[in-house]
Amino acid sequence: MIDLQGYGPRLLEGALVTVELAVLSLILAVILGLLTASAKLSRNRLIHGIGTLYTTLVRGVPDLVLMMLLFYGGQIGINMLTDQLYYAFDIDIFINVDAFVAGVITIGLIFGAYMGETFRGAFQSVEEGQMEAARAYGMSPLLAFRRVRFPLMMRHALPGIGNNWMVLLKTTALVSIIGLTDMVRVAAEATKATHEPFLFMIPVALIYLLIATLSEWGFAKLTKRYNTGFGESSEWNN
Amino acid sequence: MEQLNGWFTELLSGNAIFTANTLSFYWDGLVTTVQLVFLSLLIGVILAVPLAIGRGSKRRWIKLPIYAYTYVFRGTPLLIQLYLVYYGVVFFDGIQDSIFWVVFKQAFFPALIAFTLNTAAYTTEIFHGAIKNTAKGEIEAARAYGMSRKLMMRRIILPSAFRRALPAYGNEVIFMLHASAVASVVTIMDLTGAAYYVYARFYAPFQAFIFVALIYLCLTFSIMFLFRRLEKRLLAHLRPRGA
Repeated sequence: MIDLQGYGPRLLEGALVTVELAVLSLILAVILGLLTASAKLSRNRLIHGIGTLYTTLVRGVPDLVLMMLLFYGGQIGINMLTDQLYYAFDIDIFINVDAFVAGVITIGLIFGAYMGETFRGAFQSVEEGQMEAARAYGMSPLLAFRRVRFPLMMRHALPGIGNNWMVLLKTTALVSIIGLTDMVRVAAEATKATHEPFLFMIPVALIYLLIATLSEWGFAKLTKRYNTGFGESSEWNN
Repeated sequence: MEQLNGWFTELLSGNAIFTANTLSFYWDGLVTTVQLVFLSLLIGVILAVPLAIGRGSKRRWIKLPIYAYTYVFRGTPLLIQLYLVYYGVVFFDGIQDSIFWVVFKQAFFPALIAFTLNTAAYTTEIFHGAIKNTAKGEIEAARAYGMSRKLMMRRIILPSAFRRALPAYGNEVIFMLHASAVASVVTIMDLTGAAYYVYARFYAPFQAFIFVALIYLCLTFSIMFLFRRLEKRLLAHLRPRGA
C-alpha cells in the first residue's frame, strides 16, 4: 500500500471540502444562471443590459483574478460597508468573511454567467407551440413552467450543464491558492514538507478523474431521463 | 512625445498606487503572460495535429494511449499538472547536472511544459471532432480522384477540418489565456502575479485586481475579434449567398 506519511486523513478531508464546494457552487450557479437567462431574455432593456454586462465581464476575466478580487477585496468591502453603517446609523456589526463561503460565492458567481448562456440557448430552443398548448390546457404560468417549459428546456441544457460542471470541478482547485484547505492545498503542503510531489499529486489527480468519470455516468443517466419521449419516437420511425 | 510624456506624468502624479514603477510591473507581467500563452499554444497545435490524426486511427495501440492522454489532461485541474511538472522536474536523474538545468531552474519552463501538454490535449479533441465530422461527400470525391490516404488527409480532410475547428479553437485560446493566471502560483511574475504584488504591497485589492481584470478583458476581446475576422475569411464559402 502507498505510504501517505500521515497525510491520508487530511487528504480525504480535503477531498470532502472539494466535493462540498463544487456541489454548493453548482447549486448557486444554476440559480444565478436561471436568473441571468431570464434577464437576458427580458424585453426590458435595462435588465437585459445588466445580464449581458454580467456574462461578458465574468467570461472575459480569469477565474483566479475574480477569485482574488472577491476574496481579498470582499473583506475590505464589507468592512467599509459596516463602517458606513456604524457612522450613519450607529449599527455596530462585524462580519468576518469565511474562506469557504467566499469560495462558494465566487465560483457560483463565475459559473452563474456560463450557466446563464447555457440556459438562454436552451430556453430559446423550446418550441412556442408547446407553451401555447400548455396555456390552452388552462395551466397557470407557474405550472406551465414546471411541467412544460422546464423539462423541455433541460433536454437542451443538460450537455451544457455537464460541460460547465466538469470545468467548475477543476476550477475548485484554485481555492487552494486563496487559502482554503481543499485536497490540492493539502497535497501542495505535503509536497513542500516531504519533497514527494508524485506521492501526493497523483492520488489527488486520480480523485478528480474519479469524480469526473462518476459525474459523466450520472449525466448520461439524466440525459436519458430528459430525452424520454424523444429517443423512442425516432426508434419507432426507423 | 514630450507632450504625451508630460500628460502621463501629470496623470500619475496624484496617484499613490499606479506609479511608473508599478505600471512597469504590469507591463512585464503582460509580456510574460503573452509569451507563455503564445508559446504553449503554438507548440500545443504542432503536437495536436498528429495526435488528432492518431486519435481517429483504427489501430487500438495508437488510438487508446492518445485517448488516455487527453482524458487525463482534460479531467484534472491545470494547477495539479503545473505542480507535478514544477516540483517533479528535479526527479529526472541528472537533470540538475545537465545543461538543461539552466533552463529548468526558472519556473517559466516547467509552466510552459504543463501549459503545452494541457492545451495539446484539448486541441487534440477539438481537431479530432472536426476531422470526424468531415462531410462524406468530400472524402468520396477525393477517393474518386484517386487520391492516396496521405494526400487526401493533407489536401482535403485537414484543411476543411481546421476551418470547422476554428470557433472551438478560439474558445480554447481564450481559455488558455485565463488558465495561465495560475502561473503566478509558481513564482512567475505574469499579469496576475504583478497584480498580487501590487495588492500585497499597497493593500489595495480593488485597484490592483480591477486594473488587471481590465487588461485581461482587452486581451480577451482582441482574441475574439481576431478569430471573428479569421472565421469570416476562412469560412466565407460556407455562408449563404447575400448574407
